Amino acid sequence: MLGLDATRLGREFIESIGRLCGPGEKLLVKFDEPTSEGYGWIPTMRPIDKYIQYGLILLDKPPGPTSHEVVAWVKRILGVSKAGHGGTLEPP
Amino acid sequence: MLPIALEKMTKVIGLIMHSSKEYVCVMDVHSPVPEDRLRGVLGEFKGVIYQRPPLRSSVKRSVRRRAVHEIELLEYDGKLALMRVACDAGTYIRKLCWDIGLVLGVGAHMRELRRMKTGPFHESHGLVRLQDLSEAVYRWKVEGKDDMLRKVVMPGEYVVCGMPLIVLRDTAVESIAQGARLAAPGVAMVSERLEKGDKVAILTLKGELVAVGKAVMSGGEIIEASRGIVAEPLRVVMETGIYPRAWRRGGIGG
Repeated sequence: MLGLDATRLGREFIESIGRLCGPGEKLLVKFDEPTSEGYGWIPTMRPIDKYIQYGLILLDKPPGPTSHEVVAWVKRILGVSKAGHGGTLEPP
Repeated sequence: MLPIALEKMTKVIGLIMHSSKEYVCVMDVHSPVPEDRLRGVLGEFKGVIYQRPPLRSSVKRSVRRRAVHEIELLEYDGKLALMRVACDAGTYIRKLCWDIGLVLGVGAHMRELRRMKTGPFHESHGLVRLQDLSEAVYRWKVEGKDDMLRKVVMPGEYVVCGMPLIVLRDTAVESIAQGARLAAPGVAMVSERLEKGDKVAILTLKGELVAVGKAVMSGGEIIEASRGIVAEPLRVVMETGIYPRAWRRGGIGG
């Protein structure tokens, strides 16, 4: 179970993280080794329940309700026990 | 835009709460001023400014310093000014508009505000409306198809964009998930730019976020080191038991 496919897809995913917001990370290789397909997941390929647990939503926040109210709705819609937001807009 | 982290990712979303922000805002200028003068005054607000948080705020109301990195006038019709503002987290745009009005001498207030960027996330990455989310959940729960849900929810790993990275060998993953410090033999790859003391995202070779830590060695030192601690975990994201335990009892895994 050398997982050459997982290794390649993993590398592509890691590169996509850096490129989301910038030119990408220059990585130095210490041990050039593959990852096993026997455990773990490429983040985009997690089973849906895990995908949600490790997920993030870029929400188009409607004006009006507070961020806390919107987060509570998201929790209810998805049926998750925990959710948190990254920064508050000041009250209108 | 409001980035919302689910379950496990709530542990690291706070890291971007304190990152820089970008807004587009509409300011109502109470009497017409020449556009050149408005541009001149906006220029004066670029750099470090002092603000006292407003009465209705959730933080201590002591004067604080915030940097306005960019302030650009996009449109002005003699009354309403459309501006783009890039600034530190915790800058009050309403207060900024009020103060711009004072310097102009005619008064001004904020009419509308929209956040374009929080940390690594920009509006152009595609925002999800609440109804998009509820439709995607309906399709998943009622029709059993998760394709839409996978589009509206993205892997939380993207939160660490912009942070230097350490990529673990499979054998080191479980020990970090259990909160252990990372030793040199556990590293597969490292960002060239990593400096000692930096916050660093610790990933698996598959790209899963295991933890966010603090680097004890630089990228170059980590490549050279055959032993020693290279990073300490600050926030562990990955649950235990996903990767196999690969160290002997009493020892730190390599």
